[in-house]
Amino acid sequence: MKSKVSIFLAVVIVASMTACGGGSGEKEKGKFAPPPKAKPLTYEEAVADWKNQKGLGPIKNVSLEEEIDQEMAKKGEEIYVLKCTACHAPDKEKLGPAPTGIYDRRTPEWIMNMILNPEEMAMNDPIGRGLLMKYNTVMANQGLTEEDARAVLEYFRTL
Amino acid sequence: MKSTTFIFTLLIVASLFVYSGCGNGNNGGALSTSSAAEKVYVPPGEYDEYYEFFSGGFSGQVTVHGLPSGRLLKTIPVFSVDGEKGYGFNEETKPMLMTTFGFIPWDDSHHPKLSQTNGVHDGNFLFINGNNTPRIARIDLTTFETTEIIQIPNSAGCHASPYPTENTEYLVAGTRFSVPIPQADVPIDSYKENFKGTFTFISGGQEPGSMDIAFQILAPGYDYDLAHSGKGASHGWSFFTSYNVEQENTLKEKNSSQYDKDYIAAVNWKKAEEYIAQGKFQEWPSEYRHNFYSDKTHSATSTLKKGVKVLIPSECPGLVYYLPTPKSPHGVDVSPTGEFIVGSGKLSADLTVHSFAKMLAAIEAENFDEVIDGIPVLNFDAVAAGTVSSGGLGPLHTEFDGRGHGYTSFFISSEVVKWSLDTYEVIDRIPAYYSIGHLSIPGGGSMKPWENGKYLIAMNKITKDRYLPTGPEMAHSAQLYDISGDKMELLLDFPTMGEPHYAQGILASTIIDRQVKFFPLEENEHEHKTLTEADTKVVRKGNEVHIYGTMIRSHFAPDNIEGIKVGDKVFWHITNLEQDWDVPHGLAVMGNQNAELLIMPGQTETLVWEPKEEGVYPFYCTDFCSALHQEMQGYIRVSAKNANTKMKWSLDEEVFGE
Repeated sequence: MKSKVSIFLAVVIVASMTACGGGSGEKEKGKFAPPPKAKPLTYEEAVADWKNQKGLGPIKNVSLEEEIDQEMAKKGEEIYVLKCTACHAPDKEKLGPAPTGIYDRRTPEWIMNMILNPEEMAMNDPIGRGLLMKYNTVMANQGLTEEDARAVLEYFRTL
Repeated sequence: MKSTTFIFTLLIVASLFVYSGCGNGNNGGALSTSSAAEKVYVPPGEYDEYYEFFSGGFSGQVTVHGLPSGRLLKTIPVFSVDGEKGYGFNEETKPMLMTTFGFIPWDDSHHPKLSQTNGVHDGNFLFINGNNTPRIARIDLTTFETTEIIQIPNSAGCHASPYPTENTEYLVAGTRFSVPIPQADVPIDSYKENFKGTFTFISGGQEPGSMDIAFQILAPGYDYDLAHSGKGASHGWSFFTSYNVEQENTLKEKNSSQYDKDYIAAVNWKKAEEYIAQGKFQEWPSEYRHNFYSDKTHSATSTLKKGVKVLIPSECPGLVYYLPTPKSPHGVDVSPTGEFIVGSGKLSADLTVHSFAKMLAAIEAENFDEVIDGIPVLNFDAVAAGTVSSGGLGPLHTEFDGRGHGYTSFFISSEVVKWSLDTYEVIDRIPAYYSIGHLSIPGGGSMKPWENGKYLIAMNKITKDRYLPTGPEMAHSAQLYDISGDKMELLLDFPTMGEPHYAQGILASTIIDRQVKFFPLEENEHEHKTLTEADTKVVRKGNEVHIYGTMIRSHFAPDNIEGIKVGDKVFWHITNLEQDWDVPHGLAVMGNQNAELLIMPGQTETLVWEPKEEGVYPFYCTDFCSALHQEMQGYIRVSAKNANTKMKWSLDEEVFGE
C-alpha cells in the first residue's frame, strides 16, 4: 500500500514539475538556434593571452594610479598576512603561487576576481581551472570585501 | 531502451495528471495523501516557512526543525554535553555546565520560549529551562548557540519556566517540587511544616550577559507546575498553576489528587518591583552560578553569585492571589489579548477560563474565600468566565490562533480540540497519535500568532506503531496539522529527539537575515588565539604544553610536533583561519579522552590531551573540508617522562624549536 502511494506521489510530483511548473526546459519554436559558443581557451592559450583575461566575478575594470598608494598597500599587506599567508608566501611557492611578479602574468581584474570569487574561477575560468589542476585545491574564499581585495592588489604592486 | 520506454510512459501518465489536475486543487473533501504531501513538500534547495524549536526533553538539548517539512536542521546543545560539537568537552564551553553542585553534563530541558517585544516574538533569543538542576539557558538566534545559563537558587524542579513577560522584562521559574527553603536536614514527613515553593523572576532577558535573579517570592509548599506571563490587558502579572495543594509527600498520584480544586497563582510583578524599591525584601545568602559565553572571546566564564532578594507574601499585600481551578491544573495559558487565563485541569474533562477583568474586580471587592500564608484565595465564581465542556479527557495545554480560537491538547483522549473564545463551544476535534502533551502554534502563545495561525504541532508522549520499530525505545512522535481552514487537517508525522516537551516556531524570514556565517578573525579575542601561521608555536610551562596552532583547507600548522612527554598535559589551542560560510574544521588526536573540537571559521577552541604512553600519535581534521580533507592530518611524538627529546614543531620546511 505504502509503495503504491509513493509511486503515485512520484508521478504527481513529476507531473507537476513537467507541466505546472512552466516549461523552463522547453525550446522556443520559430527562433534560430543560438550561435555555437566559442570553444573555451585552454590553460596554455589563456596564459599566453593573459593581458586580455579579466576572470569571472564582480570586477570588470580596475585602474591603477601611476604612484603606488603606500597607505593602501600597507593595509593590503596586513590583510594579506592575516587572511592569505596560511597558503601563500610573498616570494615563494607554498600551497599556492607567490604574488611577487604577478603583474607580469595576470591583470588586476583577474587577481581581484580570483580573490573575491575563487570557486567560480576554479570551475570556469581557463587560468583558474588550470591552477586548480596544478595546485590540487580550490583557493579558500577568505571573505575579503572589494575594498580589502583592492588594498591587497596595491600591496602586490610593492613586491 | 527499457528505461527510456519507462520514462516515456511516466511522462504520458504525468501529463494526463497535469491536464486533469492543474488549477482545480480543492475538491472540498477530506485531505487526501497527495494534497497533504503537497502542503508539506519543500522542493530540494528551497527553504521551509518556519523555524520550529523543539525541546530535546531528557536529552537536555534543543532541536531545530523546519516547517512544514519537519526536517531536522540542527541540534543545539544546551544542558548536556555533545560530543559532535565538543560542547562541554572543550575548555571553552565547560564553564557553561557549571553549577553550585559542580560540573553537570546533563539536564532535562522543557519549555523553549522565544523572547518578546510588545508581546510579539522578536527573534532575538530562545530561552529554555532545565528541570532537574534548576537553570534557564539563553540561545542566541544569530548563531544558534547557547550563550548564557543562569542557575535558580531556592528551587527544585524548574518546570514552570521560562515564560517571558511581554517585553522579556523577566523570565519566570516556579518550583515543581517544594523543598525546605532554604535547604535543611528535616524529616520528609515534616513536609507541611517545612517545605516551600518559590516564584523566581529573572531579569536581563534582552541583554546578553546580564541575566540575574531579580527577586524570589516565597510560596506555600505546593507543586507549581506551569506558568504563563500576562500580556496586553494582563501585562504586569504572571500566572503559575499548582497541584498537591494537599501538601502530601508520598504516593502523590493518589494523595495529591484528593481535593476538587487547586490554584493558579497570579503574581503582580509590578507590585513586586514596588516592594523591592521600598526595601521590603529579605536578603538571603543563597548561592547560584551565572555562566556566559562570548562570541568575541569564544569562551565561557562561570561566576559564583551570592545573595537574593526574597519577598514574603504575608508582608507584601497585593503581591499574590490564588485562583481556584479544578482538578490539578497543568497548563495555564493566556489568550492573545491577555484577557483570558485558561486552566487545564488534567484530571478533568473541562477547561476553566478565568477572566482577568473579573479577577481585578474580585480583588477590588476583596471577594476572598480564605487567605493562605498571606495569599488571598479569590472566589471561583467571581473570577471564572466560563467553562469549555470538551467531551475529551485530560486537558493539558492551550494555544491560540489569531481568529478567536483556542486549541487544547487532551492527553487521555489523545486529541486536539478547537474551541471558541467567544462562546466556549467546541468547534472541531482531531486525533493525535498518541497521548499528546504540549501543542504549538507558531506565535500561538504570543499576542500575534504568525499568519493568524497556520500550523499546529502536536508533541506526543507515546509513539507505538507510528514508525518502523526500533527496539524498545522509539523517538517520540510529532504531528503537523493545517489549522488555517474550518477543519483541522493532519499533514505530517515526524520523529523528534528525547521527549519534545514543547516547541515554539517563528516565521523564518524574521531571523534568516541575521545569521552569522563566520566569525571575523580581526574580532577574535580568545586568550590563546593564533591568527597567522607565523605566530604558531609550542610552549612548555612545567608539565603543561600549549600548542598554538591554526587550521585551513587543508592543513594544520604545525603538523609535526615533538618533545611531548608522558605525564604532560597538552593544550591544543587551535584557530580556524577560514573566513567563509560552512567551513568548520575538526580536531581529534588518537586516544584523546574527551571529544573532538569542531571549530567554526574564525574561532579558537582548546582540546586538553594527556598522553599516557610513549609513541607517535596521529591527529586529523574530522569534518570533511575539501578534496584534500583526508590529507589534513599530522603527528605528535610522545617521549618517556625522563627523555631529553627536544621541543620541535614544524610545517613542511618551516621548522622551529628549542
